[in-house]
This record gives sequence, structure tokens and C-alpha cells, in this order.
Amino acid sequence: RWEMLQLPLVVTAQVDLLLVLVSLLAFWTRLSHLNYPNAVVFDEVYYGQFVSLYMKRVFFIDDSGPPLGHMILASGAYLGGFDGNFVWNRIGAEYPSTVNVWSLRLLPALCGALCVPLVYLLTLELKFSHLSALGAAVLLLLENSLIVQSRFMLLESVLIFFVLLAFFSYLRFHNAPSSWLILSGVSCGAAVGVKYMGLFSYLLLLVVASLHTWKLIGDKTISHMNVCVQSVHRVLCLVVVPVLLYVFWFYVHLSFLNRSGPHDQLMSSAFQASLQGGLSRITRGQPLEVAYGSQVTLRSSVSQPIPCWLHSHKVNYPIRYDNGRGSSHQQQVTCYPFKDVNNWWIIKDPGRQQLVVDTPPRPVRHGDVIQLVHGMTSRFLNSHDVAAPMSPHTQEVSGYIDFNVSMPAQNLWRVDISNREAESEVWKTILSEVRLIHVNTSAVLKLSGVSLPDWGFRQLEVVADKLFKAHSSSLEWTVEEHRYGTSQEQKEREAELHSPTHIDVDRKISFWAKFVELQWKMLTVKQEESEHKYSSSPLEWITMETNIAYWLHSSTNAQIHLIGNPVSWGVANLSLLAYQLLAVVYLLRRRRGLKDVPDGVWDQFVCLGCVCVGGWLVNFVPFLLMDKTLFLYHYLPALCYLYLLSPALLEHAHTHLLSSVTHQRALCVGALAVLLSIFLTYRTFCPLTYGSPELSAHQLQGLKWRDTWDILYRRR
Amino acid sequence: MAKAECTPKWNTLALRNRKTCPTPEKSFQTTFTPVSKDKNSQTAGHLAGGDTQSSNGPSGQFLARESIESPSKVLLMLVAGLSFSTRLYMITEPPHVCWDETHFGKMGSYYINRTFFFDVHPPLGKMLIGLAGYMSGYDGTFPFIKPGDKYENQNYWGMRGFCATLGSFLPIFAYLIVLELSNSCTAAIIAATLLIFDTGCITISQYILLDPILMFFIMAAVLSMVKFNQQRYRSFSASWWLWLVLTGINLAGALGVKFVGLFVIILVGLNTIWDLWRLLGDMSLSLVDIAKHFLARAFALILLPVILYVTIFAVHFVVLNKSGPGDGFFSSAFQSRLIGNNLHNASMPEYLAFGSTVTIKNLRIAGGYLHSHWHLYPEGVGARQQQVTAYLHKDYNNLWVVHRQQDNNSQSGNPDLVRHGDIVRLEHKETTRNLHSHLHEAPLTKKHFQVTGYGINGTGDANDLWQVEVCGGRKGDPVKVLRSKVRFLHRATGCVLYSSGKTLPKWGWEQIEVTCSPYLKETPSSQWNIEDHINPKLPNISLSVLKPNFLEILLESHIVMFRGNSGLKPKDNEMNSKPWHWPINYQGLRFSGVNATEYRVYLLGNPVVWWINLASLGLYLTMVAVASIATQRGFSLGQQRIEHSLVLVRGGGLLMLGWLLHYAPFFTMGRILYFHHYFPAMLFSSMLTGLTLDILFRSADLLLHPPYSYWFQRAGQLLLLFSILYSFYLFHPLSYGMTGPLAHEPGSAMADLKWMDSWEF
Repeated sequence: RWEMLQLPLVVTAQVDLLLVLVSLLAFWTRLSHLNYPNAVVFDEVYYGQFVSLYMKRVFFIDDSGPPLGHMILASGAYLGGFDGNFVWNRIGAEYPSTVNVWSLRLLPALCGALCVPLVYLLTLELKFSHLSALGAAVLLLLENSLIVQSRFMLLESVLIFFVLLAFFSYLRFHNAPSSWLILSGVSCGAAVGVKYMGLFSYLLLLVVASLHTWKLIGDKTISHMNVCVQSVHRVLCLVVVPVLLYVFWFYVHLSFLNRSGPHDQLMSSAFQASLQGGLSRITRGQPLEVAYGSQVTLRSSVSQPIPCWLHSHKVNYPIRYDNGRGSSHQQQVTCYPFKDVNNWWIIKDPGRQQLVVDTPPRPVRHGDVIQLVHGMTSRFLNSHDVAAPMSPHTQEVSGYIDFNVSMPAQNLWRVDISNREAESEVWKTILSEVRLIHVNTSAVLKLSGVSLPDWGFRQLEVVADKLFKAHSSSLEWTVEEHRYGTSQEQKEREAELHSPTHIDVDRKISFWAKFVELQWKMLTVKQEESEHKYSSSPLEWITMETNIAYWLHSSTNAQIHLIGNPVSWGVANLSLLAYQLLAVVYLLRRRRGLKDVPDGVWDQFVCLGCVCVGGWLVNFVPFLLMDKTLFLYHYLPALCYLYLLSPALLEHAHTHLLSSVTHQRALCVGALAVLLSIFLTYRTFCPLTYGSPELSAHQLQGLKWRDTWDILYRRR
Repeated sequence: MAKAECTPKWNTLALRNRKTCPTPEKSFQTTFTPVSKDKNSQTAGHLAGGDTQSSNGPSGQFLARESIESPSKVLLMLVAGLSFSTRLYMITEPPHVCWDETHFGKMGSYYINRTFFFDVHPPLGKMLIGLAGYMSGYDGTFPFIKPGDKYENQNYWGMRGFCATLGSFLPIFAYLIVLELSNSCTAAIIAATLLIFDTGCITISQYILLDPILMFFIMAAVLSMVKFNQQRYRSFSASWWLWLVLTGINLAGALGVKFVGLFVIILVGLNTIWDLWRLLGDMSLSLVDIAKHFLARAFALILLPVILYVTIFAVHFVVLNKSGPGDGFFSSAFQSRLIGNNLHNASMPEYLAFGSTVTIKNLRIAGGYLHSHWHLYPEGVGARQQQVTAYLHKDYNNLWVVHRQQDNNSQSGNPDLVRHGDIVRLEHKETTRNLHSHLHEAPLTKKHFQVTGYGINGTGDANDLWQVEVCGGRKGDPVKVLRSKVRFLHRATGCVLYSSGKTLPKWGWEQIEVTCSPYLKETPSSQWNIEDHINPKLPNISLSVLKPNFLEILLESHIVMFRGNSGLKPKDNEMNSKPWHWPINYQGLRFSGVNATEYRVYLLGNPVVWWINLASLGLYLTMVAVASIATQRGFSLGQQRIEHSLVLVRGGGLLMLGWLLHYAPFFTMGRILYFHHYFPAMLFSSMLTGLTLDILFRSADLLLHPPYSYWFQRAGQLLLLFSILYSFYLFHPLSYGMTGPLAHEPGSAMADLKWMDSWEF
């Protein structure tokens, strides 16, 4: 084998100086003075709290996106030695000297800077010239809004980076098949992992890839076997890898955050029990199987509006409600959102009197009929054909008191374990989701979600409902706290109920169960729709109708705004329009058999449109359908696609549309003039991008190019 | 060449639309490419029947076409007969108001009584119901108060019969559409059978509802479109025009009944674009021809439907000229058209003055009147002071008195006018509280401030003062009643009186939230106008200047409808149906009756039919994928196989697109959804099933040898027919009414049929 190695050893390297130059400039624009301002800027206040929770390894749930983005921010904080001890409560709050601001903002800034060379390379992969690539890179380089968004602890630049990387590596693979495809899959997984918005670009990439694969299938020069192998290869890299990665981010997230915290209560009891502290401290060592004589607290599976436990207290329903309807006047049964000794119930066998657990314990199984005795008042859980206080179409549930008015006790309940695996499954603490079905009426114990008025202490109403939806979580109850009762006497039992629970068994739920629950909660948690001073509607983004004030110095007029470069913005819109017009004209003429450009150029033109115009569409149109609060920065990914489009389109026009040299020269001059004005506007808006130098009110007034922009002046 | 050969056989008129020319040398492909500019001769391959000519071999389509001609008439009669008999059977049962009959029956009555009302749907459906009622002798007096009310001796059968008749056309249309798309009687009959024996389709056709009317127009539009597509080689012939214009008319009808009609418009639009694209690529047509084609379609599919749609509204406004329950939803100008409304031919003082009693209406369309009542905000919602809301209906509690900052007594002599920039105090007439705001957060829009009624007999505090600002006015401008847009700026906090459009919970009687917004943008939500104006000391003038023109009315009624539609949010205790429930027939709708003793009707699809449909969707996708990969990969397929894959891709693709268009948009809708929203999509799904299963049976020869494959085909068809019929026998009580115990109780007729826990019969 020695002849493989031939002397002399030679290293030849080709360095694209343009690429190096734009990269250096990008790093300079994104990374210089990164720790100014030394204060919380805009959404840092939002992401910061999660970074702090990461540092403390406390569990949280954020419906704004999957965990990778937060993890990237947190890793930056970790590298800078941030200990999580900072209260993120107000935009503009000064960071103490212990917080390494530079490291907090480093990773997003790096990603933002890398976008510039990526766009350069991506244009080359779209088979346009180095000059076009330079143009695209410069457009991105001098875009004030991208600079602002990159320089702080925000996620858009990270998202844009991964999306561009995914497209770049896919096109690299497409042009020259190699191992780049796997990188594309990884970037897709990362993009979706940073923000759900990445999904749109991912789907576009899948469409482009499947079109290419479709062509491959049609290629009859390739053997069937080869086609199969290639197709499977693509599916593996572009579908399986991203999905696995997406799950992997959650795996890391869940295994890293193992302490209980503020968002625990949104999760099921089983989930909470898997976190350190919180519920697991209370429930550690409880008996697993619920038996006759068990003392339990029953938690409703709904956590809307708040988590609560089945509760009763020594107050009766009012004889008449405000609207004149009557009640049974028996003891109230409610759902109470706080831990309380009145949340304890005892499981009783209807056939026997005793309220203690036998030795060995007789477990309660699916289908068994039980009675529930309220621990502190000894009333039986009862329901009957009386309309419930707030939801009159359902039955009232009460603690039974015999008033001797021919209203007999109906206190038998059948246990229905809805997540059972076998028919005779035992009722398990925390794990089993149980429905209590009223034996006499077949109604099911249900949390109606309505608060009782003053007479019910504003606790939540509990009813029994005959007409229920089959899979509603408001019907499900889980045993949360549990112990085997040992005292037959009421006095002893009260003392027992007041004492904390004990014994030791360890319980775990699988990663998949946790993943599914967390994912479901993230998608369904509805945050209250809030109006924001700087929110805007998607159609306003195209013309940059609004800006966002990110930060204002506490005493001077120095301020940072998210304002794009208006000239580049205009160029982007113009090229979008121009491409569509040109595409329509080309298409119609080609359909009539008039080929304006050769087939190779046409393919290049179509590919450009698929990636750039398609990318703009998928990143813009979905927002029109959303009724979330939206901001200008949601438009930035779509904008990047347009910056990719503009120079390429210009090159296309230069080479294929203009025939005379004079026109071509005029176009070049025009392009140069536009570039120059882009640079000048960039310079003009720099003070609002970097937050320094401070401008006078008059100068600020001069920067208010649109009436609808909101620029702040401090009264002196 | 072909023309020359044919000419001797051509009579002038009789054969104009028929093709009798034997063209044995024409291959299958040429049937798709017209060869000369003479439109009359371009009809090869599309026989109109009665043609015994058979070509030898290449044109399988000819064969299929001819073999189906004779039985198809008989089958069509059979389909029609079964369809009408299943729909019209027991049409008058139950003799009480069922489900949404309470709305649509009532609205039909409004047309007979010419009373103005408000509904979220366009008027055509209700107009037709009204017309049917009128023709059948219903006098419009039945109140339709709530489901379960007995009709007694009212003539309700006419309205029900009308809906059922339209509903009976659905299987017939489905039969014809599938026949056109697949050229196969079997496919057509499968589709029709699925629809005839579907309990859901029967139930939804039998009552006074908009859905049968809507589906009639949707299916008719699709049928005309498909027929029109078949006319492509006879451009600009009479039948070409007929089907084109019919498509346009039916589109207008569909949109005129419900906005869901928009989806079929999109379907036809896409089909037309594809058609034009095909024509554009046809190099034998000159650009002038293509322009003609384009203009013809633009006229028939855009202009004509728009004209018809607008006409429907014109009729609506002309017929409904009396004041009624819908007034409050509309602007003051709109109301002045209605006889009986207090703004009709009204006269009132022209300029707002101190001491006047007024109602103040929000300018947001359907924004409501500024309102207050004797109820306090509940604890935990800002300060416990009197509620101030916006209310859509006319009410005594909408009256407010305009006072000066200080004095309470009305002076003698001419009162002073309120001018731009003046400070006023608004006193609620009924409760004598002042309109008040303070730095507590508003109940729903947390970033705004709460607005309350405060003080008693006009004495309050500095937070009761509001500055009047006429939009676009200058200091000193008077406030014109009805015409000026006014904003009320709170003096103490600088916020502006605002109606957020959000519905308050039960404690606020589900009226609309009123807040004080710190964001001072001029939006209709923060602008108000003075509607009623009572001041005996000022001279009244007539306000006939207000009359809006037709286009303004049209626009306003649309905005109100869209608002109403998006305002239909699910309520607490209502069953909320999710779109993914629908194709699996997860849960039905109770049309009538709950208890064991009542006569119960339950809208639920025949599960066998629906599950076959669901399975066929998957089957279709698989078959198309296999077929297109085989074609793309260049496998050599037999003639018949190529035809099958063409039918699958073209015909099936059209139906699949129709299904998607009528189903997918519901996933993005925020409004409350019901099971019956799926029925238009279900029609497409059933037609697709017919087409798919037919081709599946015919492709049995891929696996089996000829005699067996033929047996397999027959056996499959029979099994399908039998299972549909048997399941219909089992489930027919869902449509035709059940009494006795509920299904989960012992002794019920439906005992073992509760196959899913979520069904409630």
C-alpha cells in the first residue's frame, strides 16, 4: 500500500476571498460590542426566564416552540458561567456584573453571522455566479433588522441559520450526490426543533426533494434497484433523521429538567411524580394499589382553569339558588384547587362496615362498586336526580344527609379505569385514570369547569353527567395522595388524615409517555390572546408598516428598534413581483411553444422560484390564517428568501433578457446605485440598530421615515 | 381527411350534435386531439348513444361507452325511484319542530311576513324555503320557538317536501357525475347506492334545513362542470353553452345558500384554469380562439354568478322591508330603510346638545349600543361597580343623557350644542350612574382599562369626565347626529372609549365588552355615533339624507354576516364537534327527542357506508400512487390498465380535490362546527368510492385468471350491495324515527347497534 502515498506531500487550497471577506464583515457587524446594552432587551425577558430554569434544571413548559432553541440559548449561558440567579421581569433592567451578557448573546449572534456566508454558498448552489452570491450576501449583511435580531438572546437568527443550512446542504447533495444529505436532514430537525415555524421550510424542502426524486423515478437509464436504494436513502435522511432528532431534543430536555417547578400543575400526576421535589416528595413511598379502606385524594385530570381535588366541607347547598331553583340542601361537594385535609376520601366496600385496610389489602379493581366516604365529615359521596347548581342539565353531587324527605341515599359508584390494559386491572395510585360511574343513574362524576358563587366559596362545581363525551378528561380522576387507613374511630382517623403520608415505593413513567404528554400540552395550552403595543398584522410586514422598540436607555435617547433597511426591503418586494410576472410570461409563452430561454436556464429559473418564492410563500401565507399575536420579526425568515432571490433574478435579467450591451451596462450601474443606497440607509439607521450613538430628538424625528413608526423621545 | 369521409353521411341538423362517422384508423389518442378547426366534426369518442358502430380494437372507450348506454337509462330510473322513495317516506314525521328547523323555518316565515332579520348565511336557501312554504299554503304564522314544538295543523309538509325533493336529486347527480367521469355503470351505481342508503343523507334531506339545498347546488354545479368538460370538442355549440351557463347558475346558487359554496367555486375555478391551460397548449387554436374561450368562461363563471348573487340580495332587501329582530346588528343608516324602525322617516334634532337623551352606537359593524344595567361587575373583575357593555338590541337601558361637567339642572332657553373638544359627563338614564373609567384592568382585554357606571344621581368624581372629539373635526365643530364619528377621550387617564367585540361571560349576560383603550389609533372600535337623539327644546329635522345605496347595504350585510360567523364560538356546555370526528362517523347530532318516551331522530351516517368511504380514500391514494409510479417508471401496461389509471388520476383526482376542498378548510376555522358540515365532502367521498372500488374489482385480473377474476368482480359487487342494504335495514330507524328504550338499555330495538360509545341513540 505504500505506493498510495507519494512524495512530496502537497496541500493545495482554494480560498474564495470574497467569501472570507463577507464572513469577516458579517462577524464584525454581528459580534462587535455584543454586551452593549448591558440591559434586558425585548424578548430576552421571555427567553431569559427559561434559560434561568435550565440553569436550575427546573421543569417548565413553553408553548412557543420546541426545546432546542431554549437549549442553545442555555448552553451559551452555561459557557459564560451564568448561574440562573437573575430575575427576568422587565425590559430595560440592568444586568448585574455577575451575568456574562456577551456569552448569553454569543450563539444567536454567531448563527446570524454565519447566515451571510451561507447565503453566498446557497446562491452558488443555485448555479448563479459569484457576483450574485456577493449581492445576496451584501443584502443580508446590511439588513438592519437581521442584525438587531441576531445581536440579542433571541431565536430567529438560529432558525434562519438552520433553514439556510438545510437548503444549502440539500442543493449541494442534489448537484453532486455525497454525504451532504445527512447534514440537510440534521439541519431540518434542528430548524423544527428551534421554532415550529421551521416546519414550513422543512415541508418546502420535502416538496423540492420529492420532485427531484420523482424525476429520478422517471429516469429509465437507472436500474430499478438503484432507484429503490436512492429513494430509501432520501427518506431516511430527510424524514427519519429529522423526526428522530426532534424526539431527541425532547429527550434531552426531559432528562435534563428533572426538578419540579412553576409549571408542574399543568401536567398529570404521574408526570409530576417523576420530577424531583414537588409532588414526588409528597407521594414518595405511597402504596401503589388502591384497596378497600384506602385514604385517597382524587385529582381531576383537567387542569383548566386550575388543577383541583375532589373536596367536601361542612356546608350545605342553599335551599334555593338565586334564580329560584331548589337544591337537595345536602352537603356540598366541590373541586378545590388547594391541598386541604378536606380533600381526603376513604374507599369503602358497600358490603362491609369497616373503614380500615385488611391484611393483606383487598385491592379495588376495574368494575368494582365502591362507596366514597369523606374523611373529615364521614358523609357518603352521593348523586341523585336533582339539577346541579350551575349546570342544571346535569345531576347534583352531594355528601349525603338523610333529611327523611323520601330522598334515599344513592351512594354506589362503579370504578371504571379508562386507561386499563386488562379487564380486571387494579386501581393504581397516580397511574390509573378512573371514572366514577353512579350505579343508580349511570351518570359520571365530572368537573363542570364552572365556579360556584359565594355560597360555594367560589370553588369549582362537581356534577354527575349522563350525556358525556366519550373521551373527555373532565370525567377522569386520579388518586394522588394515598395511604392505607388504619384507624376505625373517627377521632383517630382525623388525626391520621392530618399526618403526612409515608412508606416507600419508586415509580417511573416512560420517556414516551412524558414526551407525548408534554408535546400535547404544548400544542393545546392556550395562552390568553394578548394585545401588544407593537404587534402587527402580516400584510403590514410587506411594507414594514410598524417597527418594534426593543430597548430604550434608562436616561438618554439611545434606543434600539427592529427596523429593516427600507431600501433592501423595497428591492426584495420588487424582485418578488418581478419574478412572478416573469414566470407568468415565460410559462404562457412556453405553453404556446415559444421558448425564450434554453431548457437548462429554464430549469435553473424554476429551481430559483421553488426555493425562494416558495420559501417566501410558506413562511408568509400561514401567518395570514393564524389568530395569534404576531410581530414584525416573524417575517424575517420569509425576507431572507427574497434577499436570495433578488441578485439571482438580476443576473438572470442581465444574461438572458437584455441583449444590447448598453442595457446591460445600465442595469449594472443601476444595481450599483441601489447597493450604494442600501449601504447609506444601513449607515443612517445604525444608531437605532446598535443603540449608539445617542441621537437628538431632532435626528430621531428625521429617522421616522414612516408616520406609523413609533420612535421614542425622552422628555427632557 | 376525416371530414371528407364523413360528409356524405351527415344530415344537416339531426346529426349536428352526434357523431356517426366511422373512423377506424383513429387511434385512442386521437380522440383527445382535435384535428381540424371545424368544431362540429371534433366529436370522436364521445358518442351520444344509439350508435351501433364498433371499432375494432384500439378504442376501448368506445366499447365501454356503448355497452353501458342501454342499461344506464333503466338504472337511472331505478336510482331516481329509490332515491325519491327513501327521502319522501314518512316526510311529515315527526310532526314537531326538529333541530335547526327552529331557525330556518322561522326565517322562511319572515320572508312570508316580510320582516327583516339577521342570519349568518346568505339568503337564497331561506328564500326558497319561504317560497316553498308560500306555494304549499303555509301562512307564516307558526312561531318556530324551539325544537319539539308541535306543528298542529300548519302546512309544514311543503317546506319539508321541497328540501327532500332537492335532497333526492343528490344520488341521481352522483350517478351521472361518476358515469361521466369513469364511463362505467358499475362505478356510478355504487356511488348512487352508497348515497341512497346512507341514513345520514336521508335524515339531513328530510327537514327544513339549508343543507339539502346547498348540496343540490353543489352537486348540480359539479355535474354541469363535468358535462361541460365532455363538450370540449364541440366548443361554442348550444350544449357547450348550456352546460357552461348552468355551471355558473349553480355556483351562484351554492354561494347564495351558504358560504360553504365558495369551496365548490374554487373547485370549478381550478378545473377551469386547468382547462384553459390545456387549450393554451393546443397549437391548433389561434390566440383569438383562446381569448374567446377565456371570455366565455369569464362571462359564465364569474360575471353571471356575481350578477345572480347580487340579484339574490337585491330581492332579499326588497322583500324584507319591515323592521324586525335583526335591526340592531346593522348601522343606523341601514336601519333607516326599514318600515317600522324608529329611524325610518325619522326626524330629530340635527346637532347634539347638552341635556339631550341619546343612544350611542359603536361604529364597528355589529358593534352594539353603549349599554348599562343594574348589575355590578363580579368580584375579582376590576372594581365592583356597575357594568357597562355594548348591546346589540334596542333597549331602554341604551339611553344616556349628555351633561355638562358641573351642572345637573337643565337650563331654560335654547340648550348649548356639544362641540369638538367639550368636556361632557354621560349619565345613564335608567340608573343615573355616570360613565366612568379608572386604572383597573378591563375584564377581558387586560391591557385596557375598565369602564363602569359610577356615582348616583349624577354626582360622581373626576373620572366621569370625557372629552368629545369629532373625527376629522376641529375645535368648535358641532356633533351631527348619525353622521359624525365621535370619540370619547377619558380626561383623567387619556384613554379612549372602546368596544373590544369580545363577548363577556355569563355574569355580563353575554353582551359585548366595553373598555377604555390606551392606544389612541383611530379604529371603528373606538368611534361611535349618536343614533337616537331626543331633545324637546330643539327643532327636529328630517333625516332622509341617510339612505344608503344598494352597494353599501350589500357590503355592510356581508361584513355583518362574516362577523356573525366568526362570532359563533363554542359555548361552555355545548357539544363541540371536531373535524377529525366526521369521516369516522364518530358522533351524530340529535335532531329530535332525548328520552325513551319521545320520538327520536338521530343524524348519523350509515356506519358501513362511511367506513367503506374512509377505507376507499386510503385505497384510492395507494392505487394512484402505484399507477403513477408504474407510468413514471415506464412499465408497459395494457390498454385497459392505461385507461383505468387515466380515470383514477383525472376523474378520481377531481373528486379527491372536491373532497379536500370541502373538508380541509374546516380544520382552520375557529367557529363552532357541527357534524353536518361534513356532508358536502361526504358526497365527494362516496363518488370517489364508487370509482375506486369499480376499478379495484376490474383489476382483479392482475391476480386471478380470466374466469375467476370475472367471478371475483361479481362477488365483490354483490357483497358490497348486500352489506349496504343490510346495514341500511339495521340502521334505518335512525332516520325514520325510534321510540322505546335507548340503545344501551335492555329491550331496545337498536340494542346491539351501538358500535361506538360516542353514538347517542
